[in-house]
Amino acid sequence: MSLWEYANPQKFMRTSQMVLPVLTVLTVLCLTAGLLWGFFLTPEAVNFGSTVKIIYIHVPAALMAINAWLMMLVTSLIWLVRRHHVSALAARAAAPVGLTMTLIALITGAIWGQPMWGTYWAWDPRLTSFLILFLFYLGYIALWEAIENPDAAADLTSVLCLVGSVFALLSRYAVNFWNQGLHQGASLSLDKEENVADVFYLPLLVCIAGFVLLFITLVLLRTRTEVRARRVRALITRERMA
Amino acid sequence: MIDLGKYAAAVLSSYGITLLLLAGLIALTLIRGARVRRHLDQLEARRTRNG
Repeated sequence: MSLWEYANPQKFMRTSQMVLPVLTVLTVLCLTAGLLWGFFLTPEAVNFGSTVKIIYIHVPAALMAINAWLMMLVTSLIWLVRRHHVSALAARAAAPVGLTMTLIALITGAIWGQPMWGTYWAWDPRLTSFLILFLFYLGYIALWEAIENPDAAADLTSVLCLVGSVFALLSRYAVNFWNQGLHQGASLSLDKEENVADVFYLPLLVCIAGFVLLFITLVLLRTRTEVRARRVRALITRERMA
Repeated sequence: MIDLGKYAAAVLSSYGITLLLLAGLIALTLIRGARVRRHLDQLEARRTRNG
């Protein structure tokens, strides 16, 4: 069995239909458990007070904002190299989800920043690169909507995605590249010393798993819709030509 | 109810806005999905009728 089998729309629709119910249940379980655990069962942090509870939505949303774009990058490259329609449609389907995650990260970051830094916004490297990533998401979605020919739209949006990837990576590593600004370093790291304390870390991991599952579930649902929409366009064109 | 102290507004508004945005995204996904599916079913049915 090859991964490329899923480039066949019928195979993709059959497989996604099978996995979606399981994914939906897991998403609801993980998100509910993680958010309730983080909100109700964790203590206040010494430096942050009760605002530390914002970490359970801010960090997973920011993580997904960046990784959604990286997923779009991979599927766009597959489209450009192998011309599989499902991969271009998956990139299109992921964009609104990534946009929403970026918006959540920006808004919760601003709300968290006010009591901690005394301001909602600062032109800090990470915040600024995130704002640019948000604008790239908007531009990407607008480009898909603006071009009538779906193959041309997939080509152009794929190129835009390649360019935007610079800012997606910059959003992740801005703190390391420029050791300045208000935003602190990564909350999660392979180095255990740099991680947040275990009492916050474990519910945060569950929340991240919930956001990842939510992303996968929504992208699968939206890709199924895009595959159907493509079939609708094909049938309408065929009717007109008949 | 949990006591969030002086940061209650910040914490609650963060959660509220996040849940609203996620609920909106899920609703839009499901609504558009159902609409496109209905449209496709109609077209397929017409195609079958007309041979």
